[in-house]
Amino acid sequence: MAHFEGVNGGEESSSRLSGSPGHASTSLWRSEEMQFVQLVIPAEAAHDTVARLGHVGLMQFKDLNTDKSAFQRTYANQVKRCDEMQRKLRFLLDEMVKVGIADADAKLQAVTHALADPELLESSYELDELEVTLEELEKDLVSITTAASKLRKSESELVEFQLVLEKAGQFFEDAKRTGASLRGSGGSPREVELSGSHHADESIESPLMGSDFTHARQGAASGYPGLSSRLGFIAGLVPTAKLHQFERVAFRAMRGNVFLKSSPVGPVRDPALDEKVNKDVFVIFFSGDRSRSKMLKICDAFAANRYPLPEEPHRQAQMHSEVCTRLAELSSTSRAGDDQGRALMLRASHHWESWMAATMAEKATYHAMNKFSIDVTSKCLVAQGWIPSASRASIADALRYAAARSNAPVETIFSTVQASAGLRGGGGASDLRNPPTYFRTTKVITAFQGLVDAYGVARYREMNPTVFTIVTFPFLFAVMFGDVGHGLLMLMAGLYMVLNEKKMQKKKLNDIVEMAFGGRYLIVLMSVFSIYTGLLYNEMFSIPMTLFGPTKWVWSSDQDKYVMPAGAAPYAFGVDPIWHGTKTELTFLNSMKMKMSIVLGVIQMLLGVAVSCFNHLQKPTGPQTSERDTLSITCEFVPRLLFLTCTFGYLAILILVKWFTASKADLYLLMINMFLSPGANECGKNCPETDPLYGLGGLAGFLVFVAFCCVPWMLLPKPLIIRKRHALKSQGGHAYGILSAEEDSDGDDENGNAGGGEEDEYNFGEEMVHQMIHTIEYVLGSVSNTASYLRLWALSLAHSQLSSVFYEKCFVAAMETGSPVAIVIGFYVWAMATLGVLMVMESLSAFLHALRLHWVEYQNKFYVGDGYSFEPFAFQTLNTNET
Amino acid sequence: MEMATFNLNDGFPEAILRGFKGALLTSSDYSLMCQCESLDDMKMHLATTCYGNSLDKDSNLNTTSHLIECCTDKFVEEFQYLRCQADKRLGEFLDICTYPYMIDNIVLIVSGCLHNQQTHELLEKCHPLGMFDSIATLAVAQNMQELYDLVLVDTPLAKYFHGSLSSEDLTEMHIEIMRNKLYKSFIEDFHQFCSKIGGTTAEVMATFLSFEADRRAIAITLNSLGTDLNRDDKLSLFCGFGALHPYGQRDLARVEDFDEVTKILSGYPPYSLLISASSGSEEQMVDKIMSGYELELCKDAFMQQFHYGVFWSYIKLKEQEIRNLIGYLSALCKSNTAESTMVYRSEPHLGV
Repeated sequence: MAHFEGVNGGEESSSRLSGSPGHASTSLWRSEEMQFVQLVIPAEAAHDTVARLGHVGLMQFKDLNTDKSAFQRTYANQVKRCDEMQRKLRFLLDEMVKVGIADADAKLQAVTHALADPELLESSYELDELEVTLEELEKDLVSITTAASKLRKSESELVEFQLVLEKAGQFFEDAKRTGASLRGSGGSPREVELSGSHHADESIESPLMGSDFTHARQGAASGYPGLSSRLGFIAGLVPTAKLHQFERVAFRAMRGNVFLKSSPVGPVRDPALDEKVNKDVFVIFFSGDRSRSKMLKICDAFAANRYPLPEEPHRQAQMHSEVCTRLAELSSTSRAGDDQGRALMLRASHHWESWMAATMAEKATYHAMNKFSIDVTSKCLVAQGWIPSASRASIADALRYAAARSNAPVETIFSTVQASAGLRGGGGASDLRNPPTYFRTTKVITAFQGLVDAYGVARYREMNPTVFTIVTFPFLFAVMFGDVGHGLLMLMAGLYMVLNEKKMQKKKLNDIVEMAFGGRYLIVLMSVFSIYTGLLYNEMFSIPMTLFGPTKWVWSSDQDKYVMPAGAAPYAFGVDPIWHGTKTELTFLNSMKMKMSIVLGVIQMLLGVAVSCFNHLQKPTGPQTSERDTLSITCEFVPRLLFLTCTFGYLAILILVKWFTASKADLYLLMINMFLSPGANECGKNCPETDPLYGLGGLAGFLVFVAFCCVPWMLLPKPLIIRKRHALKSQGGHAYGILSAEEDSDGDDENGNAGGGEEDEYNFGEEMVHQMIHTIEYVLGSVSNTASYLRLWALSLAHSQLSSVFYEKCFVAAMETGSPVAIVIGFYVWAMATLGVLMVMESLSAFLHALRLHWVEYQNKFYVGDGYSFEPFAFQTLNTNET
Repeated sequence: MEMATFNLNDGFPEAILRGFKGALLTSSDYSLMCQCESLDDMKMHLATTCYGNSLDKDSNLNTTSHLIECCTDKFVEEFQYLRCQADKRLGEFLDICTYPYMIDNIVLIVSGCLHNQQTHELLEKCHPLGMFDSIATLAVAQNMQELYDLVLVDTPLAKYFHGSLSSEDLTEMHIEIMRNKLYKSFIEDFHQFCSKIGGTTAEVMATFLSFEADRRAIAITLNSLGTDLNRDDKLSLFCGFGALHPYGQRDLARVEDFDEVTKILSGYPPYSLLISASSGSEEQMVDKIMSGYELELCKDAFMQQFHYGVFWSYIKLKEQEIRNLIGYLSALCKSNTAESTMVYRSEPHLGV
């Protein structure tokens, strides 16, 4: 269902286009007539002209410089400049989002609106000026942010230091207390140390460090300076993730003569990375100077930030207070800096979307201009491209307007290129034969067109299946999804989206909702049809309704069956509710739905064949010309129509007759006899000779004969006649060719002929094989396609059975227990199953099957779908996400 | 059997990889790059290729090294993605593929430290695929034993050090020998691993690895021509397999000058053809021929399906692509004449 996304994207622009005045009424039957035009634009007016055309958004430029790569093109420099400006604008936006004065999505939406608004671009900014402004803005912003980040760096360093002071100081304190208590309990320092090292691994509260430390201090105090210098320590922070590795490496490097204490402090802003990292404060003890240098290197390797931790507690306290005051100072400074940046960005934020829109439009303009070929004298640019014939006037207006505005000495020359004229660039002629396909769709129709386009874009001026799809698609969906209750639920969802259309368009929706939103009109239509078929099936959440009074059947105990009293009319509309819950309910519904599926299928396929006739009636031979393809009508359309009518059309008629006349004929037997024993008159065991379907042997035999005749009729005449025509043509030479209007140069003429020769090159074998494939496909297809329509019956059956199972097994079963808890639970389960399984999954599967029936069974009767869609150069369609 | 079960675990990564391979620059890309006249042009062109998204638009840093960094990042990103998608066995395989980068990084840092370069500068030069946690600690070590005890014991390379440790101080020579010993053990280990996997993987990787073994043997021979490395030392650096094993290696260990090398190589089929095809006798030529031959092997690896060899060859191809880009870019920087760029056209690039 990817098409919905595309659908939604295109929708805005197309609805806008159709809203603009001055367009001839357009038809959805065939794509718009296109013209291949050439513009010769004076160089001075080029930019304005292209920008103007971008507003009008109705011309698709052809790339005349395909041989040049992106950087060799004329306006590559300007494109690069625009890129650079966009980069700066994005940088601005990022900064604004970071500070929180703008919302990225809202801004981008605003850009989309700005692009659509011609007023805004009318007062377009001078590119150079804008460039300078942006340059300055960026410079200011960068200087502010670098200053801020410097401040932040020193701030985070201070914070880290503060943490080290707090935590590491804590270590020392704890250790000293434990050491003191141990010493107090009478152990000599030596013993303490021993016992400490014994427990070192078990508890961080162990007194090893304390004792070591006090030991060292004692040594220092008692005149052994060597001792204190030998035992050194480093304090700092290390990322938690690296702590263990760090400890291990340190342990290995010191050969085990190391002691590390650490304590996690949670996320801390790292000064170097400028982002929050989980960190641990550590104090690591070791002995010796060489070890110190080694340790320093290890610390560096692990990005462990070291801080000078003073040994004495009172100096620690002093330092701590110093750090605190400096932190306070810093934060006030950085706040001032932030305010400055904020003010700057607020100013920029007002203009941001218009700047962005202008830059994007500018870039698109230069991209378009890169497709033009430039005259050697570079006095003028030559552009070629497709326009809808109906919009010729508005484009001419735009060209005149732009020329007047830019004070160009000459106006742009606007001319239609005929197929015979020489074209610039390679492959001109073949390009001319393949105009793009363009439908002006409204917001309602877009979803349906999307369904068709997802299969293939229509060939130029081909009959568009969308017209019938608008009705048939929701209808076939509803045949499979027939239930009044489910239809109503769906209708509510669809109406909600339709009514809140404006609001929802502005919001950014998630993928699934966006998909549903794109198809909102489709959903509404599908649900309306579902309610209708639900009424036909007489089901509302699988419960039959008695909207049209009670059933007329009455139980007659004499005959031991239901009878219809004399004079009573059958149930007015839909299935009689009395069928519900009877043993024969399924048999009855199956027979009805199966036959209905076949009738519907045959009707839709016949419709498809009929549409192919319109394709032949007006077969496009060029952008503006078309011809009547009589050969295809007589040798393709007629036999196909006959074949289908004589076989399955006949079956459909039999079904209808059987329904209307209450015949008891066995249709299987009729069909089997039709092919296996033509002429047989019997119509089944229960079928008396008075039956209206008795004695059709002759007719059936005739129909089979006609159908068999149709097969060679489809296969042989067309390729043979084409060969004959071709032979005639090559005999007669080019005498019958239309003389080209401007035969100014022989060279041109030769080119034209050469091109024509290539086109007409005719291969009988290939043609024959094609025709054979088509014929076989059609003949076999009419059997398999008819069978394929039985999916209508199967899915409809599955739907009604599922819903009745849920209803009976969850809801009714719970009601029967009588306990309120069970009823609540039962209702809940039933509601969830209805929503989840029936409304979501079943509706998707019905959607899918309806889609398949349209794409395969219906469209293969007439639709080629090998065109390409018209993508005009329009500012409105520029994608803001790509910026 | 392989065909039936390969896709069970490795089908997705292989498909992704083939997609990546399809995005390699083609010869038309290269010929367009030759026409580029400035870095901006180059960047613009690269933006149209698979590097489009990774050349981050928001930086105005416009230097060669930055471009190359972006391209390498893209490669690493792809590799990481594959690694994430890989199941156990393929994951192991991919991990082993990164070992050469690790070896190179270790050697780079250790030798850089010998010349007193800053550690973080060296770290920047390291290939991101060969990074491991404690790599920066390498700078601390003074000799091989320490190197091993401190850092490498934690890395997957530890097993390759078995029996190749000496407590002598680190010197250029020792580092070079260490590198070659590591490579030798790596190739042998990889070879073993691949034959354990078996099937087409073993087959394809055997071609790659025996070529790699031979290439290293030749390179060692050529590089040690003037040094006092003796025969047994050299023999101990040669791998235990490859087309040249064992007689060719024995002969190579003995040679004294370049001509002898070519003479010996002419006795071994793939190399004899290569050597005879090129008339040049310079040592660079051998290198170039070898990498050309390797790229051919890489291309061939993609002809078969259901094996891990494609992953290895993709890494090689991508590496060569980035080397090509470096070549083009540096030529672009040196002078803008067409001639200098043409030099790099003759390098083996893949018009795949």
